[in-house]
Amino acid sequence: MDTTKPMTLGYDIRLELYRLQLDLRYCEKRAYDLFLQNLIKGTSHLSLGQEAIAAAFGVAMRPDDLTFCTYRGHAHTLARGASMEGVLGELMGRECGLLGGKGGSMHLTDVSKGAMGSYAIIGAHLPVAAGAAWSAQYRGSGQVTVCFFGDGTTNIGAFHEALNFAVIWKLPVIFVCENNLYMEYTPISSVTAVEHPAADRAGAYGLEKIVVDGNDADAVYRTAVQYLERARSGGGPALIECMTYRHSGHSRADPGQYRPPGELDRWLERDPLKIYRERLLGLGIVEATLNDLEAESMRKVDAATETAKASPAPAVSEIDKNVWADGSTAWRN
Amino acid sequence: MAELTYREAVAAGIAQEMRRDENVVFLGEDIGAAGGVFKATVGLFEEFGPRRIRDTPISEQAILGAAMGAAMTGLKPIAEIMFSDFLAVCWDIVANEIAKARYMTDGQITLPLVIRTANGAGSRFGAQHSQSVENWAMAIPGIKVVAPAFPADVKGLIAAAVRDPDPVLVFEQKSLYPFKGEVPDGELVDQLGKAKVLRHGKDCTIVALALMVHRALAAAEILEREHGISCTVVDVRSLVPLDTVTILAEVAKTGRLVTIEENPRLCGWGAEIASIVADEIFWDLDGPIIRITTPHIPLPSADQLEDNTIPSVERVVREIREKID
Repeated sequence: MDTTKPMTLGYDIRLELYRLQLDLRYCEKRAYDLFLQNLIKGTSHLSLGQEAIAAAFGVAMRPDDLTFCTYRGHAHTLARGASMEGVLGELMGRECGLLGGKGGSMHLTDVSKGAMGSYAIIGAHLPVAAGAAWSAQYRGSGQVTVCFFGDGTTNIGAFHEALNFAVIWKLPVIFVCENNLYMEYTPISSVTAVEHPAADRAGAYGLEKIVVDGNDADAVYRTAVQYLERARSGGGPALIECMTYRHSGHSRADPGQYRPPGELDRWLERDPLKIYRERLLGLGIVEATLNDLEAESMRKVDAATETAKASPAPAVSEIDKNVWADGSTAWRN
Repeated sequence: MAELTYREAVAAGIAQEMRRDENVVFLGEDIGAAGGVFKATVGLFEEFGPRRIRDTPISEQAILGAAMGAAMTGLKPIAEIMFSDFLAVCWDIVANEIAKARYMTDGQITLPLVIRTANGAGSRFGAQHSQSVENWAMAIPGIKVVAPAFPADVKGLIAAAVRDPDPVLVFEQKSLYPFKGEVPDGELVDQLGKAKVLRHGKDCTIVALALMVHRALAAAEILEREHGISCTVVDVRSLVPLDTVTILAEVAKTGRLVTIEENPRLCGWGAEIASIVADEIFWDLDGPIIRITTPHIPLPSADQLEDNTIPSVERVVREIREKID
């Protein structure tokens, strides 16, 4: 079966991109609401405003391709097809959570969908993604690995080790930097030697400089298809910097007050969902079709919320399971 | 029965598993064409070629990260970290990623991988190339830890580690690489989590690991011959899982526990064993537990200093005589 996605953006692909962005947006907003209701504990790092990137790759990737993402990974995990109740349930610490309550918001994983984990130590998953790509290359599986990370990752050693590694072994891996202009609270530009923290480093590893409008799902999709296919056909890795902006703070604890006045408003004008809706209307897609997609997406989020709320807390007996492959936690006889 | 050096047993163990399973791959710095800086992997590159034996850049995070990514997607990688001290450079990948992936994902991810590394003192390399860091690994839930003392155990435990579905850290003792020993012919697969009783005595039970096993045996000879103190010697071999059944049984028989540890004093594996013994068979003890360790200092390099830092045969004899007599 040829599952290669076309470069040209037909009706079906465009509606799929819109639908997926809606799912990511509504589910993430719901996560925020559940926090305010104290139904989600711990921390959470929302992707509000950055959905176009995860959605575009989600649509462009082959079902058996592999995703690695960060603690800001709700959207990337959902974009591969993980269930909303699995994600919301995990955030809420319920039995139905993707990880049975053992991982939480920062470690969402659904191996059955190729979502190979959310990693909460900056940079750590880049070499892991390279290793998964090495395995795909070794096994001749034709899978491509996509590794998402933030701008702050570009100044840690693992980023540089992984890039060099991927290039020298010509691995089928795409590194996607979501540059949302801020590490946590500090502007990335104030602590980085170059303007584009990822793309301006690409040349050091023999890679081309690629900067994409990360709020334009079509632009990200076209880039994704191009480099996914190149990697799949043995052309090696790519490093893609997507320019974007997070509408909320770094995490639950951050109201984002360090941002200059007006900056958020300007980026809200460039909200990826707003842009995309206007584009689809401009292309002649009737508004009722979009309204239906929006209503359907909201219904899914509502249903997933109710399922997660109804799910019990994980059994305490689960604590002593699954350190080892035999299911146990035993360290002695 | 062939006689192999400890370093030859490393290559023999890896080769045995690579011949058996095409999914076993091996990566690290200078391991391939160069045969390893300790010459422990000589011949593998020639037999298995550059597709399966991968020389890497000096990028320890990339080495272990790649091993992790490969292990979660169907391969069974063996990764070498040249000196165990360098684990500190990539400890995030070991302690935060590899060790936790299975539990955090509630079993979705399984990591059948092996990390081999040269551990320990005795080569005058100084404080950054001589440490015994097995306690670092033992302290992290989610990694199995072995440290063989003999060539047959090296081959058998490497094979067992490769076949184990969980991550295993194999500490090879660098000062033992030239040590020769009998290794059974044919396929050899040992068992993780099994201690071995190497000598039976009645006055005390010495529990030791890696190089210290050899010193324990030498000390036991002298104590028996010259001082009439007869010692059981247990080679722990595997810190995680820990064979507490064997250790507790052997300590209960003699009523005295002596641990000999190359690691610095605080939080050494011997402290954990002492704690278990005190908790579970306190009333079988006839006297205080004795821990013989390296002092709590970074390792010095000069002959005279290093030799007087890690536990010597003479020191073991002296301490046991003073405290057991």
